[in-house]
Amino acid sequence: MTVPETGSSRVKRGLAEMLKGGVIMDVVTPEQARIAEDAGAVAVMALERVPADIRAQGGVARMSDPDLIEAIIAEVSIPVMAKARIGHFVEAQVLQALDVDYIDESEVLSPADYVNHIDKWQFTVPFVCGATNLGEALRRINEGAAMIRSKGEAGTGDVSEATKHIRKITSEVNALKSMTRDELYVAAKELQAPYELVLEVAETGKLPVVLFTAGGVATPADAAMMMQLGADGVFVGSGIFKSGNPEQRAAAIVKATTFYDDASVIADVSRGLGEAMVGISVGDLPAPHRLAERGW
Amino acid sequence: MTTTLREESLDAGAGATGPRVGVLALQGDFREHARVLAGLGARVALVRRAAELAEVDGLVIPGGESSVIDKLARTFGLAEPLIAAIRDGMPVYGTCAGLIMLADTVLDASPGQRSFGGLDIVVRRNAFGSQNQSFETELAVPELGEPPVRAAFIRGPVVESLGPRATPLAALADGRVVAVRQGALLGTSFHPEITGEHRFHEYFLGMVGAR
Repeated sequence: MTVPETGSSRVKRGLAEMLKGGVIMDVVTPEQARIAEDAGAVAVMALERVPADIRAQGGVARMSDPDLIEAIIAEVSIPVMAKARIGHFVEAQVLQALDVDYIDESEVLSPADYVNHIDKWQFTVPFVCGATNLGEALRRINEGAAMIRSKGEAGTGDVSEATKHIRKITSEVNALKSMTRDELYVAAKELQAPYELVLEVAETGKLPVVLFTAGGVATPADAAMMMQLGADGVFVGSGIFKSGNPEQRAAAIVKATTFYDDASVIADVSRGLGEAMVGISVGDLPAPHRLAERGW
Repeated sequence: MTTTLREESLDAGAGATGPRVGVLALQGDFREHARVLAGLGARVALVRRAAELAEVDGLVIPGGESSVIDKLARTFGLAEPLIAAIRDGMPVYGTCAGLIMLADTVLDASPGQRSFGGLDIVVRRNAFGSQNQSFETELAVPELGEPPVRAAFIRGPVVESLGPRATPLAALADGRVVAVRQGALLGTSFHPEITGEHRFHEYFLGMVGAR
């Protein structure tokens, strides 16, 4: 009998496989985490501030207090994720020591390194990273990301950037599928991604890891649209707990994600949800405040 | 509609003449199971509704989050007909969350969580700890012969005790039971569907065919 192997790619990517078809919800207290689990969240993201508040309050956004993360882990039975700043490998070491189930190396926090991302192969805990296009996704996978989330524009309640990013990744994958082998060398150069990963995507027609969509999802129809566009699941950040009726909205988004292709279910769950988060149109955001542009 | 990244053809299953097998598709890695089953010649259908359940001769409950699968199954009227089908002898195979859903008793459940039941066992949910403790290993499964099974345990459950009607099929080195059969029901704590291991699915299709 061989020695059990922890932290293998299969085990790291495998947890993301088990989250598919589900909704991962941002929570800032154990009470919100309880609401999320009761509503059918497949995992929670433990944060001190949701992106909408980070956006409103400004300043440097960092990893959450370990006490908060531990209190949320103690509250729920589903996986708990937490965010580290881009490039902040010590925050990631701390989160691994806290036994979180996934680390999100996230542009929602203030980057700690404007050149390098975290070398994610050095960790037992898996990482999810944001991407706006295929090249960025493959660079993150090359660094060890075990799951990708298309970025969208977090904290806005405006789904248009999420739509743009999932469509962009999809069209770039589809373009690779129709290329000949010699064309893939140039494609790898243009995508600024390793040839081996580009070849793998061309052959399989999909990313080597699970792809969720994030950023601006605020309604059941938003979540279902992301699923129809090919996402494996959705992250909902500010959209739930910045709305009028979080319990009901959270449960509705879960149902719409499972029955994403059944408009009658989406209609039913969309009734009487109360106010959605107010939202900010991405077009009104000056460029320095666009989080999706963080990460390279 | 453009071609999406998730789109997958189950054509291998469409032209097949094997048994009609459903995969519970409320949440989790149901496409991985569908792909393995279709590759083995089964006619595969994704099941989210009671009407779809009525069309299949056997069912796989995939890995995923058992608390979510439970809620959705009850909300959308699938739990009762599925419990009835299990009592009626329909073959069902559950992996990880699926094993939890088939257990008569679940420890460390989410508040209010229920299972479909059928297996006379007690399972402990998420028995190994956080994702840091998730692992893969070689597992001897005498019923499947050599070589051993490459088994991935991802925040997986273990079978803490078995009633007289359930038979253990595999155990870890420390003796904890991680695969079990009872009549037409089969359950594993681990995920053959993601390690390229097809023998459990073949074994299950044999159970479906034998009914």
